[in-house]
This record gives sequence, structure tokens and C-alpha cells, in this order.
Amino acid sequence: MDRIKPYIIPVVVLALAIGMIAWGVSRGEVNIVLAKAVNVCLECIGLGK
Amino acid sequence: MTMKLTHAVKRKLVQIVAFGLTNSHVSNFASGQIYTGPWKKFCNPGLNCYSCPAAGLACPIGAMQAVSGSTEFGFSFYVVGIVLALGVVLGRFICGFLCPFGLFQELIYKIPGPPKHLKLKKWMTYCKYGFLVIFVLILPLVLTNYMGMGKPAFCEYICPAGTLEGGIPLLLTNASLSSIIGSLFFMKLAILIAVIVACLFFYRFFCKTMCPLGAIYGLLNKISLYRMEVDKKTCVSCGKCATVCKMDVDPSKTPNSAECIRCGDCTKACPVGALHLGFARKNETGQEPEKA
Repeated sequence: MDRIKPYIIPVVVLALAIGMIAWGVSRGEVNIVLAKAVNVCLECIGLGK
Repeated sequence: MTMKLTHAVKRKLVQIVAFGLTNSHVSNFASGQIYTGPWKKFCNPGLNCYSCPAAGLACPIGAMQAVSGSTEFGFSFYVVGIVLALGVVLGRFICGFLCPFGLFQELIYKIPGPPKHLKLKKWMTYCKYGFLVIFVLILPLVLTNYMGMGKPAFCEYICPAGTLEGGIPLLLTNASLSSIIGSLFFMKLAILIAVIVACLFFYRFFCKTMCPLGAIYGLLNKISLYRMEVDKKTCVSCGKCATVCKMDVDPSKTPNSAECIRCGDCTKACPVGALHLGFARKNETGQEPEKA
């Protein structure tokens, strides 16, 4: 049990993270990321007034 | 005759390969365009501007702000999930081995001349959490335009990686962008210059004090699967590990400090092999590993 204990929290967080990714994908967040990333983000690079 | 590579050289090679893989579309520098393929759905583990002509993946910090600033969603489960998954497995190993802007800062620090023994005040390392909370989490939700879209505040007002990797190359190669240069660009250019000057004196100044991604991975360092253990029975408390640490950590006391980028310099410097970095727990005594 002592050898397993240190792995419990990270494995639970990893499972939570995978669940979050799946939930984000299912509600269409990927399209927003792609749309932002394939266009030059003027404000991101400091262009504009 | 065989040549044995030192740990430092091996790490530098990994960093260079990671830099190259992250920024593989080099030909775009000539055309002043950016890569627009499907790989940009995915986030890079380290900080790398997605408006860099060579970038093949999305920046996690930029993507996080883009989704939370959108009219549809207030929080990005997808991007936060990716960062959380990467961080809980590798922690700040990502900063030490995979981050392109981290490599850039290390190369700046190698420039001889300025004194290298200076240390930052401890409170300055907490500033990165402020940048994360204020500029990445709060302002994209609060600073909205008439359509209800939030500003990517960290990218817009702070990020020197964006200016270096995206702003400057695109301005040099894309004439149409030169016409919209304004005071914002010069403010960001001043931040970039200040960071570069600070990096001449302080190892990875941006990582230590400003990086919101480093802040997230730093918090996850404490629970990540890839971690450091100290064998207290072997440790002779000589202090060599703390002396060689350029991130100002004392690994014998806080092996899983939020500041540790897992470079491994301390494990190599330890004269008795009391420090161990890896996924597997080496503690054979049945005791719990040392907590940070």
C-alpha cells in the first residue's frame, strides 16, 4: 500500500484532466483553438493601436 | 574513439530538438505567413507563440485565453485539461527540456560579461502566479469588447515570447502588417528588451518571475509522477546541490519545489548519489518519499 500511495493523487488528477479534455472536445472548444491559432493574432504579437 | 556526452550537453540537445519540432515550418519565415494546418488544434507543452511563422502547434496560454474570452465559453476544459495532464505527468521537466522560450533564455544567460551570481528575491518568484490569475484567468473574462469577446490579456500586454517569435518576424517579412504598428508594439518590445537584459544577469528570469505556464507546472511539480526524491540516509548535507542549482532551489530540503525545472544538475553534483529524478520511486525502505 505504501508503494501505491504516492501515485494515487497524480493518477486521479490525470484521470480528471483526461475527462476535461474529452468534455472540452465534445463541446467544440477545439474549433475555437484552431480558429485562433491558424490566423495571425494581431493583439497577441502586439500589433494594433 | 567514443565521445561521452555530459548531462548538460544531452539536455541541450533535447532542448534543441524540442525547439525544432515545435517550430518546424521554417520556410514560413520567408513568406511572412503562419502554418494553418490541423496540428494547430493541439497545444504545445511549452510556451511558444502560435503566431510564430514556424510554429506547428497552439500556445497553451494563448489558447486558454482564446476559449475563455470567446462568446461561447467562459473556461477551457480542453486546454486546461491538456496542461493539467502534461503537468501532472512531467511537472516542470517541460520547462527544463521542452520549452523553446526557456532555451532562448538559457542562451542569453550564457553571454559572458554581466555578473552571474545575483539571486532574485523570493517574493519575485511569486509574481508569476499573479500574472496567471490576473492576465490569463481574470482579464480575458472581464475585458470584453462590444461583441462580448475577451482580450487575450497576457498575450496582448505582456508576453515577450509573442513579440520575439511572432511580432518581430512577421513585421520584418509581411509588409501589410507594418502599417498597423502602434504604441502597443513598442510597449511589448520594451518588455522583451527588459526580459532579455534581465536574462543576462539572472538565469531564466522570465520563467522564475513571469511565466504563467511555469506557474501551473510549478504547482503540479509537487504531485507530478516525474519527481525528485532525496535519500536522507545517504545525504551528507554538503550543500553542493543547492550551490549548483541555477533556479535557487535547495533540492535536499525541497526536492519538489515549484521552482525546480528538473534540469538534473543537482543529481549530477551530488557526491553520494542521494538525489534521484524519475518516475519510479527508489525508496526501498518502505518509507514514503520526501515531500516538498
